[in-house]
Amino acid sequence: MFADERMDRIVDIIVNSFFPMLKAGVAFTVPLTLVSFFLGLLLALLTALARISGIKLLDVIARFYVWVVRGTPLLVQLFIIFYGLPSIGITISPLPSAIIGFTLSVGAYNSEIIRAAILSISKGQWEAAYSIGMSYPQALKRIILPQATRVSVPPLANSFISLVKDTSLAATITVTEMFRVAQQITATTYEPLVLYCLAGFIYLIFSTVLSNAQGQMEKRLDRYVTG
Amino acid sequence: MIEIKNLHKQFGQTEVLKGIDLKIEEGNTVCIIGPSGSGKTTLLRCLNLLETPTKGTIKLGKFSLDFQDKKPVPKDKVIKFRQQTGMVFQGYNLFPHMTALENVMEGLIYVRKQDKEASRTKALQLLEKVGLSERANHYPSQISGGQQQRVGIARAMAMEPEVLLFDEPTSALDPELVGEVLKVMKELAKEGMTMVVVTHEMNFAREAADKVVFIDKGVIVEEGTPQQIFEHTGHERTLQFLNKLCS
Ligand SMILES: Nc1ncnc2c1ncn2[C@@H]1O[C@H](COP(=O)(O)OP(=O)(O)OP(=O)(O)O)[C@@H](O)[C@H]1O
Ligand SMILES: [Mg+2]
Repeated sequence: MFADERMDRIVDIIVNSFFPMLKAGVAFTVPLTLVSFFLGLLLALLTALARISGIKLLDVIARFYVWVVRGTPLLVQLFIIFYGLPSIGITISPLPSAIIGFTLSVGAYNSEIIRAAILSISKGQWEAAYSIGMSYPQALKRIILPQATRVSVPPLANSFISLVKDTSLAATITVTEMFRVAQQITATTYEPLVLYCLAGFIYLIFSTVLSNAQGQMEKRLDRYVTG
Repeated sequence: MIEIKNLHKQFGQTEVLKGIDLKIEEGNTVCIIGPSGSGKTTLLRCLNLLETPTKGTIKLGKFSLDFQDKKPVPKDKVIKFRQQTGMVFQGYNLFPHMTALENVMEGLIYVRKQDKEASRTKALQLLEKVGLSERANHYPSQISGGQQQRVGIARAMAMEPEVLLFDEPTSALDPELVGEVLKVMKELAKEGMTMVVVTHEMNFAREAADKVVFIDKGVIVEEGTPQQIFEHTGHERTLQFLNKLCS
């Protein structure tokens, strides 16, 4: 009798929480992921280019940035941006704080992926580009990056899926993304196991869909074989 | 006409070219032969500034460049100079993400800034010239080495260079594919294209070259007509080299 009632209550909670959580996912988790990833990739590309530029100062700056960001926990970075910076007069709202934190993180981790991809393209490709009269930026844009993209799609896609999951950390700086909503509902229903499992389940759906999309994209890019 | 004077190239402490003087008349085919490591590739790459010479002058077309150690040539000057040359590589170096046609069109559109239709027309003409009209829409990975190299020649020709540089264009090819590439090169030579060819194909040099240059250890040992070099050489080192090739 007692067990039955509990079961009903749990089903109720799941039904009532699923859509608010999914909504938070679509309204916050997804945009937060997309915007941070897009900005982060730009930053990663710039960082990679700085590192291979052969210009000492740029290289040092890029290395320092990557070293700091990769060597400190994302959680700590988010806390510094959101809770720390106000004490020196820089106050940033939760969502922009999260975007800044994730962008910096994506930029640092993926700069290594992009750098490795660019370096994996044979010197002969640069020389062929130069031999038809291209400048460095032309060679990079028309010849090297398209091939480097092909090489870096699998690792970049993995990093994208990691980012989807990492956005749950934004809950700690009060962004009402999916996990934060799960916490809020837990606070009123006292069913942590149910709600956190539900949150995990929705993340699982997100990452599964993305993994499949990654597979499709790789197939399409396989039109030609690098070599 | 190309005029190279007192050209030196050093990699770190090793001097690879030790004062090269060479004149190449317009419309001529010059074959460069010599043992491995003698500096043939380096000389060719100095001609289109893929390597920057340490010392000397190169006169080519509209430009005359004077090189001095530690004095870099401005980038835009390098590009302008290089645009007067075309290069065909030993390993073809086609752009793998583009079809044969796109490989040839690329420079026309993005370097010459010609419109797409005109570029396509011209690229198709060039592919026809090297006998590859049928392969225009194939990717490099879908065609043979000999075909890839012919696309490489068409790509270099598209830019209408003053001179075409070939670095052992057939030495990566299976023997049965060498002929089709040499045939295209012989046609170009006949049409009056100025060409500098580093090669181990002595028959090609004999038939197509106006001048053969023998390089050893970074210096020109001897230059002359194919007959002078292959039949009447008076140089010990040239003889040794040629005998080794034949044995
Ligand atoms: N980028 C470089 N850095 C240092 N040394 C180099 C470099 N390029 C070439 N060399 C050296 O210069 C010498 C001449 O090389 P080069 O490639 O011009 O010879 P080659 O005549 O083309 O030989 P091969 O017939 O084997 O192609 C070699 O000893 C080579 O090791
Ligand atoms: Mg060589």
